[in-house]
Amino acid sequence: MTEITLVEAVNLALMHEMERDPAMVILGQDIGVNGGVFRATVGLLEKFGSERVLDTPLAENMIAGTAVGMATQGLHPVAEIQFMGFIPPTIDQLISHASRMRNRTRGRLSCPMVLRAPYGGGIHAPEHHSESTEAMFAHIPGIRVVIPSSPTRAYGLLLAAIRDPDPVVFLEPKRVYRLMKQAVEDNGEALPLDTCFVLRPGSDITLVSWGAMLHETQQAAEQLAGEGIEAEVIDLATIKPIDMETILESVGRTGRCVIVQEAARTCSVSAEIAARLAEEGLMSLFAPIRRVTGFDTVMPMFRLEGHYMPGTERIIDAVRQTMEYA
Amino acid sequence: MNQSRAFQIEYHQFLDPDGVPVGDLPPLAEETEALQALYRNMVFTRLYDERAIALQRTGQLGTFASSLGQEAIGAGVGHAMRPEDIILPSFRENGALLFRHFRVRDLLLYWGGDERGMANPKLGDDFPICVPIATHTTQATGVAFAIKYRKQPRVVVCLLGDGGTSKGDFYEAINLAGAWNLPLVFVINNNQWAISVPRNLQSRAETLAQKAIAAGIPGVQLDGNDPIAVRHYVAEAIEKARDGGGPTLIEAISYRLCHHTTADDATRYRSEEELEAHRRLDPVPRLRRFMERRQIWSEEQETRLIQACQAEIEQEVRHYLDTPPQKPESMFDSLYAELPRELQAQRQSLLGKEVNHD
Ligand SMILES: Cc1ncc(C[n+]2csc(CCOP(=O)(O)OP(=O)(O)O)c2C)c(N)n1
Repeated sequence: MTEITLVEAVNLALMHEMERDPAMVILGQDIGVNGGVFRATVGLLEKFGSERVLDTPLAENMIAGTAVGMATQGLHPVAEIQFMGFIPPTIDQLISHASRMRNRTRGRLSCPMVLRAPYGGGIHAPEHHSESTEAMFAHIPGIRVVIPSSPTRAYGLLLAAIRDPDPVVFLEPKRVYRLMKQAVEDNGEALPLDTCFVLRPGSDITLVSWGAMLHETQQAAEQLAGEGIEAEVIDLATIKPIDMETILESVGRTGRCVIVQEAARTCSVSAEIAARLAEEGLMSLFAPIRRVTGFDTVMPMFRLEGHYMPGTERIIDAVRQTMEYA
Repeated sequence: MNQSRAFQIEYHQFLDPDGVPVGDLPPLAEETEALQALYRNMVFTRLYDERAIALQRTGQLGTFASSLGQEAIGAGVGHAMRPEDIILPSFRENGALLFRHFRVRDLLLYWGGDERGMANPKLGDDFPICVPIATHTTQATGVAFAIKYRKQPRVVVCLLGDGGTSKGDFYEAINLAGAWNLPLVFVINNNQWAISVPRNLQSRAETLAQKAIAAGIPGVQLDGNDPIAVRHYVAEAIEKARDGGGPTLIEAISYRLCHHTTADDATRYRSEEELEAHRRLDPVPRLRRFMERRQIWSEEQETRLIQACQAEIEQEVRHYLDTPPQKPESMFDSLYAELPRELQAQRQSLLGKEVNHD
């Protein structure tokens, strides 16, 4: 088994599924000859031809709408948006159509499509290239939003997303694209959606995060272990619908919770998790739920992005404050 | 490639407003059955419209969009399509849908606020009514790609209004249709108003058909109140697309003789004189006069047709009114292929609760 990066795992999953499923096509800007700006689709054109690997004109709304149309006919389109900063034009198609095609036709037509995009900051990209607006998608009824945190998760979750009978927004933490390598077996095995993964067991506090922020979160957990605080780390993975059962069970044991996200704070995924814990897990809480998040600011350009993004220190601080409640 | 180019937009019409031929007629003009089918569809659509508005006025239907005055477009398009083709309608294409497998009860159910109106399995791959303007145009490219990918001899027809041509979606769609040479026909139902905004405020372009030029696809203008012209040129574009000839943009010029919807009052923004002038261009008497002159239509046939249409519509209205309401929890039942565990509790919280239907 070779060790590969997250972006290579994305490529491997696309390759595997296109081989297996002739109904799968991929479309987007520069995904063909160029293999995608991050090389996520490299080699696919050579292997599957321009009938299935479709370089589109430059129009994100059209890419999403075309994918909706394809999906209603039983194709399995996987559309790439180059950067999440350019994803807003697709929201119309996702909110108005992809998410409700099944519902408004009572199942006569459906929309088994995937919209992939690299998201998040930390790679010193230009303006509009570093957004984390996953909560906008998570708010839409009828879709799934999935964020892998590592190469193995990227491979298994992307296979699951492509095979899912409903629309999935699949957001790839580009800061992790080449940050780490893992052994990924190309066995075609999907990981379950709608399920959290416990990355590190612990009894003192529950840390919930997703995507790139799990790396700082895990580092924080390591350091805290040195201080005698055992943190349980949960990878949310599917951020819509949220697997609250796993989180509630964990917080039921630890009595404490810190949620870590890169996205802006207000109306975010962390807000939803905190609200659900307050509604359904209040009696097991020893301390207020804390959130470590980006600020409610525009994602700054890269000179300031280090100040924007939650780092290990901020996570450790939040945990210490939470632990102060007896 | 700095070269001058000249382009031209052709305008086609076969019948003048009195139903008198303005030149050579296409073979369709000799097909009595086809003409009668077109005419029946237009009359049926008009009677259905009238009935739907009455239902709305008496609180038995939600907001409804009439197609009064534009029946030739729906009839022409619906008749030109083959059963296996796929339609992506806007919300004003009653006539075209009635030529497909949509029943009056389906349409009433839809406008009556019930999703099951778009559920009839017989509708096959036909799309549900699209309310957001022009968003379905890019879906049409995806559908057209899918049938091309599968090498199916089918064609996609996408209908939109003149207002819809101002949206980027429309341009993005015709552009892709051209670039990928898709089996797709766009029909602009130019009824000259987008709610209160007249055609000349929508765009300074002299024709809407010329928008095709930028996309590199053919664009033609038709008298959209001439059912023979609509049927003929839409069929021609469809068959060309079926033969691999690629997309066409058709602008069918008509006029909305009604309010925008039952929630609109058109007297606020347009004059009675303008309306009167366009009543004279009405497509329904136009075809009737043509058929009468050809002696393939009589007063007696007219009476029988109206009776038959009304009887059918009344029966459908009964079906609609007698349809038991959806169960409240049904809002969860087609949301995902399988309801995520996380949503089951929400669904449970609705079970057994009555919804107030007033
Ligand atoms: C994206 C969008 N914006 C606004 C509306 C509200 N609206 C409904 S119909 C309409 C006018 C549409 O005009 P046109 O495309 O010419 O079609 P017509 O109603 O004349 O058939 C508007 C503005 C809408 N449905 N969708």
